[in-house]
Amino acid sequence: MGIGTYILVSLVKIAIALLVLLTAVAYTTLLERKVVAHIQNRWGPSRVGPFGIWQPLADGLKFIFKEDLTPPYVNKPLYLLAPVVALTTALTSIAVIPIGPWIKLGSINTPLQIADVNIGLLIILGVTSVGVYGVALAGWSSNSKYSMLGGLRASAQMVSYEIALGLSLIGVLIFAGSFSLRDIVDSQAGTWLGFIPKWNLFKGQFVAFFIYIMAAYAETNRIPFDLPEAETELVAGYHTEYSSMKFAMFFMAEYANMVTVACLASILFLGGWSGPVFGPPIVQSLLPVFWFALRVFAFMFIYIWVRGTLPRFRYDQLMAFGWKFLLPLAIANIVVTSLVVALK
Amino acid sequence: MLPLVLFFIFAALCVGGAINLLVQKHPINSALSLIVVMGSLALIYLLLGAEFVAAVQVIVYAGAVMVLFVFVIMLLNAGVEERTEHASRVATVLGVPGLIIGLSIAVWVVSHLAGLDRIAIGGPTVMNGSDVFGNPQAIGRLLFRDFLLPFEVTSLLILIAIMGAVVLARREE
Amino acid sequence: MVPLSYYLVLSAILFGCGVAGFLIKRNIITIFLSIELMLNGVNLSFVAFAAQLKSLDGHIFVFFVMVVAAAEAAVGLAIIISVFRTRETLNVDRVNLLKL
Repeated sequence: MGIGTYILVSLVKIAIALLVLLTAVAYTTLLERKVVAHIQNRWGPSRVGPFGIWQPLADGLKFIFKEDLTPPYVNKPLYLLAPVVALTTALTSIAVIPIGPWIKLGSINTPLQIADVNIGLLIILGVTSVGVYGVALAGWSSNSKYSMLGGLRASAQMVSYEIALGLSLIGVLIFAGSFSLRDIVDSQAGTWLGFIPKWNLFKGQFVAFFIYIMAAYAETNRIPFDLPEAETELVAGYHTEYSSMKFAMFFMAEYANMVTVACLASILFLGGWSGPVFGPPIVQSLLPVFWFALRVFAFMFIYIWVRGTLPRFRYDQLMAFGWKFLLPLAIANIVVTSLVVALK
Repeated sequence: MLPLVLFFIFAALCVGGAINLLVQKHPINSALSLIVVMGSLALIYLLLGAEFVAAVQVIVYAGAVMVLFVFVIMLLNAGVEERTEHASRVATVLGVPGLIIGLSIAVWVVSHLAGLDRIAIGGPTVMNGSDVFGNPQAIGRLLFRDFLLPFEVTSLLILIAIMGAVVLARREE
Repeated sequence: MVPLSYYLVLSAILFGCGVAGFLIKRNIITIFLSIELMLNGVNLSFVAFAAQLKSLDGHIFVFFVMVVAAAEAAVGLAIIISVFRTRETLNVDRVNLLKL
């Protein structure tokens, strides 16, 4: 494949991935409003189209036409930079996530992934750790008490839970022996006894899985760890002073991060796109993507389910949980996993 | 050709960030320019085939150490730097560029005399992945076999640093 | 292909900026940032020489420098916080009493 074709194929993949990701983000908001509404015995959005199906489009239009207000007392360059940083880092991490095996279109043979890098997992960790600046700068530059508290809380919380998150992945890395997300999926191929899939979850990584999920909820600032934007105490936390599209960028960043977390959880612990493949060739090449999307959807649903169910932690409880429970548990998981692998 | 172009782009970002760090008055702007320097250095490390170091540079330096700096700047919320009266203007205006240019010319001359400017590294082989030797497996093997004792000593150092930080920053009852 | 000396000159420029910042800046946090800049400049030359010698020892050294920098940042910032608490300033010229 020549360099020209390579760049063309990459550009097409980037366009498709962005389109799919942004659509998924938009429709996750609808899903969230619908599911939470039904948990609370309400209907949720129901006016725009059947079952409120065009609600995300209406929301987007509304965001665009709202007045774009910049408060006079803010630190303007950083105030404008913060949402850009948040959204860019949230969208960048999708670049290394594989959503299916290689496909063949005519003479072009390409992976279903924008860039197949051999340090993919490290890149995602790096990009998400830079994402903290979006929240921290938004809080600081807004020059408001609520934003400031939200930004401080967010940066402390995200740095703390990043450690537990990173350590929970070591067990998976020990089994796979690679940072490449594609290799990690390949290491989970096959079944035991013909029906139990060899997912990392069933290889004994269920403790790591729960640590990952809890740390990831804290990283994405979702209930029960949504202290940075706790509306009952901080109005809206770090994005109190933002309006219109700048607020929408924070909103999109949060949901894009949730999608990334769901994709990563499926790849690391649930075997990626593995699943029964059958039918004609065209169905065969699309079924893995469908199985992958199904897992991601399940994770998004659990996110919303948790939001509709659990109350919020207190901040000292949040810190104690991260440092005194999740971190030792993650280290114990590494020790046990490496002992098992070494003695086998 | 492409590696040279990429090198110059990232080097320009690096130097721009470093100079911005000196020019800016508010510490948060300086901290952000240092983050730009670190990010472009990570990309230069990739050009040099040092994958793992590049990733660690972003995760540890840009993503953890600098977050700590930004956090402290936000926490203390101390405004613009105040100038001291007895600071010499001439020393700042002439001395700083003189120091930087002098140092780089000295390095250029020494590396020219040592013949280092004829050695070219980080070519197209790095770009297609055949010359990447700083991959995590190789680093891990070296770190946990040959450098096991230093590794353990640094973990002790980190532990002491954590305890020191907690003791120093805690408000006295 | 990029000549090795280009990397070394870039590393020298970064180190020089670090030294200059350390000398002219009066805010203790910016001084700290200049130290980090110097460490980064040195790291670049380590990685460049590692690529030239085809030896990974340089990468290991960079790794250790980063660990020490992280430890140093944690302790240093804790000291800055406690200094700020007692003297309410970050200007190093005003932290001039030997006994705090």
